Amino acid sequence: MSLRTLFAGDLHVVNVGLESFAQPLRDSGVDVTSIDWRPPAHGDDELGLDLARLVGHPLVEASNAVAMDRILAVQPLWVDVCPAREAIPALAERRLLLHAGPPIAWAEMCGPMRAAVVGAALLEGWASTPAEAERQAASGGIEFEPCHHHDAVGPMAGIISPSMPLIVVEDPATGRRSYSNLNEGQGRCLRYGALGDDVMDRLRWMSARLGPSLRAALRSLPERVNLRSLTAQALQMGDECHSRNVASSALLVRELAGALAQHPDLGGHEALEFLRGNNYWFLNFSMAASKLATMAGHGVEHSTVVTAFARNGVEVGVRVSGCGDSWFTAPAADVEGLYFPGFGPEDANPDIGDSAIAEVHGLGGFALAAAPAIVGFIGGTPSAARRISEEMATITVTRHRDYQLPGLDFVGAPVGIDVRAVVDTGTEPTITTGISHREPGIGQIGAGITHAPLECFIKALRAFPALPVEP
Amino acid sequence: MSVRNVVHENLYFDSVALMRVAASLDDRPGIEAVSLVMATDANRDVLSDAGLLTDEGRAAGPNDLIVAVRGNEAALVEALSDADAALSQPWSPTDGTASPSHAASPRRLVGAPEGANLALISTPGRYAAAEALKALRHGMHVFIFSDNVPVQQEVMLKQEAHQRGLLVMGADCGTTILNGLPLGFANAVRRGDVGLIGASGTGLQQISTLLDSMGVGISQLIGVGSHDLSAEVGGLSMLTALDALAEDPSTNVIVLVSKPPAPAVAGEVLARAAAAGKSVVVSFLGSDVRAPAPQVVVASDLREAARAAARLSLGADVPAVEAPDLSPLVDTLPGRWLRALYAGGTFAYEAELLLRPVLGAISSRVERYAPGRVPRLPDSHLVLDLGDDVFTSGRPHPMIDPATRIEFLRAAVRDPASAVVVVDIVIGHGAAEDPAGALAPVIAEAAGSPTAPLVLAFVVGTGHDPQNLGEQEQLLRDAGAVVVDDSTTAAEVAGDVLTKIGATR
Repeated sequence: MSLRTLFAGDLHVVNVGLESFAQPLRDSGVDVTSIDWRPPAHGDDELGLDLARLVGHPLVEASNAVAMDRILAVQPLWVDVCPAREAIPALAERRLLLHAGPPIAWAEMCGPMRAAVVGAALLEGWASTPAEAERQAASGGIEFEPCHHHDAVGPMAGIISPSMPLIVVEDPATGRRSYSNLNEGQGRCLRYGALGDDVMDRLRWMSARLGPSLRAALRSLPERVNLRSLTAQALQMGDECHSRNVASSALLVRELAGALAQHPDLGGHEALEFLRGNNYWFLNFSMAASKLATMAGHGVEHSTVVTAFARNGVEVGVRVSGCGDSWFTAPAADVEGLYFPGFGPEDANPDIGDSAIAEVHGLGGFALAAAPAIVGFIGGTPSAARRISEEMATITVTRHRDYQLPGLDFVGAPVGIDVRAVVDTGTEPTITTGISHREPGIGQIGAGITHAPLECFIKALRAFPALPVEP
Repeated sequence: MSVRNVVHENLYFDSVALMRVAASLDDRPGIEAVSLVMATDANRDVLSDAGLLTDEGRAAGPNDLIVAVRGNEAALVEALSDADAALSQPWSPTDGTASPSHAASPRRLVGAPEGANLALISTPGRYAAAEALKALRHGMHVFIFSDNVPVQQEVMLKQEAHQRGLLVMGADCGTTILNGLPLGFANAVRRGDVGLIGASGTGLQQISTLLDSMGVGISQLIGVGSHDLSAEVGGLSMLTALDALAEDPSTNVIVLVSKPPAPAVAGEVLARAAAAGKSVVVSFLGSDVRAPAPQVVVASDLREAARAAARLSLGADVPAVEAPDLSPLVDTLPGRWLRALYAGGTFAYEAELLLRPVLGAISSRVERYAPGRVPRLPDSHLVLDLGDDVFTSGRPHPMIDPATRIEFLRAAVRDPASAVVVVDIVIGHGAAEDPAGALAPVIAEAAGSPTAPLVLAFVVGTGHDPQNLGEQEQLLRDAGAVVVDDSTTAAEVAGDVLTKIGATR
């Protein structure tokens, strides 16, 4: 029995609690690891014990391994661009708009999301004035559902309306598909709640010219674009593929440039001009690819792996593989960031957008060690960025095989947020994100760092289905 | 307020780096707004909207960098010059958030290194079971110092451990020595062939230190927690440890010590002891168990348990130590009551057990105790366990902090009704640095008074303990106390003196 080996071998001690227990052992030359302990689950001792029952449990460990195998097996190929109504039938059947984050009613929506709803209603011709659009939304004339409920993701307000062109990403092994809209660029954009002729003109141009030219270009490529290999390359070039997409956008444009140039009639040349100046172009691809991967890991019984984290500007929510389709929500957190001239924290809307799906897939804050150019968000040093990536590795199940972090000697990006680890350590996932003005119609005012609130994970753990009686 | 733009031609910086420089200048007195941007069309529009664009900026091209500032004239000049300096500096950390790249302490037990085989847990009791369960799931043995762990959680932990072939020491476990290494409170005793298992921390310390004084060492000393031998827990850890010591080639003699177990548990432990294949000394204080087999020896007190184990280990009798004859003192003692003020709960229990038959009624509590107030002592014999929850809620245990005991000791030596005061001094790892030194002034202060009672003391420890047995005993003697060897002797001597007083008055 193992007590014999305890008497025979050396002690390797873990100390949880009073440090005075560790010192005499250290003085005697014993290896002692002190845990930087604090009460798990915000001090809820009953939930803490429930959590402990899940720790090291063979069913949970096996289920998490299955979920991660499915997530990491996905090959996200960019296969098409088409109007949203063709990709998502519900958009053709009902007067429906998709939005970012967990479900939310019009009356509760934050300023930027309301503005984006108004913009979409004008774009679709459902209303001819903003006031009319608001009346329709308020009277139930427009339905609202989360993008996530339709295998889609949208950054910031995340409004998807029937005529908007969508990126279609497919996993060839399963035929599973995910979607995102096309990125409008920086500054005044509908996704940040900016309204105006400039914004509407660009949206109309994207539907009429950008979408069709991209579709034609894509179809003339010899093979589909594998977003996973493109992301892996970009991580070697300074992107973390959430708030920094400069390299990935350039790589993707390089793939498309020749083909776009061959379709001037459809808008290929204008598209090239537009893409030249859009440093966020790849973000929506990164999101769609991340959604495709994480949705593959959803629905594994007994798995504590997080498969979505999304924010609607009022609430944020997580979904967990073994917890069905419920959202576990908390009030949206503030973003700590750097601001454009003339704006400050008092202008900022709380955290918003589906883009944190990137973190759920090991990118963004989890891959911060790959992106020295944006370390300004977290104190300004590459070592701080490395520390965040390392800290995120303490709350994930595994590491990505392809997504490697040069700043950490090419170790894989931490992936697969484990509800158990978040609640046990109190370490909240770090998210890199843009900042939207809280008033409708203004737009992006900065960018920075936020965290997925512990409360979401505590609620998910409370709702986690009981395990069968242990063997 | 005025606005100034400075254009750096063909100078590229990433936007985040520029925003960072801007943020560092933004909050200065006299500065209203700062922006550093590459002069793209879009960025010039943003500056224009913010009222930060001048003709210089308007003329800049996309490869140029604009530094735009609005503020009072003096502040503007300084800010622009500092912006220049910041742009020409090599990148360097500007705050304290950078740290060496060594790994931080893990935040959870699961993050402990591979190969860890023992977890020490001293969190508040309501969190302890969760941490212990995580440790067991990762293949670690567990020592739980925390008390107030619900008994059903202790049962759950010990069942989990049993299935995994692991040992749970605790909850409420004060002492263990594994492979010569002290966990919690433990004395520097020599190593040898006696293995001890106990539900009583001070009982284990008393037996192990007495063995040390007899030249006998210990192989392992395993605390199982004060509730282990209850009916609910069923002695799960004592049985596991007993099996382990039965198989341990370094252990020839086993000692089991506890306050009285639940009867069914006592029966199961004795049956297992009889089958251990080694000599087993059983000291279940206050329990009338009988030896079920020749190799099981039942000892009625702690001193006898130590002597029996030493006899078995050495294969020879251990000479008895003469107790001091204090009968000459009897006539000088003013009062008639016992005041035994223990830090060790097992000593209080043993004292009541030994003295009730000779002294009759003994009180074990005081009325209306409040820290900082002079304690009221009863008009009767008194045996107190000052480690009890009544005295330790919100205060450290008297083995760590002598404050509560000093209050009681002072009250006892000043009380003319006191005849004999008994104190235990427990030293070793984990105990106070100089416990005898803390009590000695109180004893000395009373020693000169004609109404001073007899102070009997014993020190639990060895010459190798950090506080040193001999030095602690000498401090007590110098203060006027009579020092005896152990808890059992102290109770007996007190009983003798008090019996004589009772017979003469």
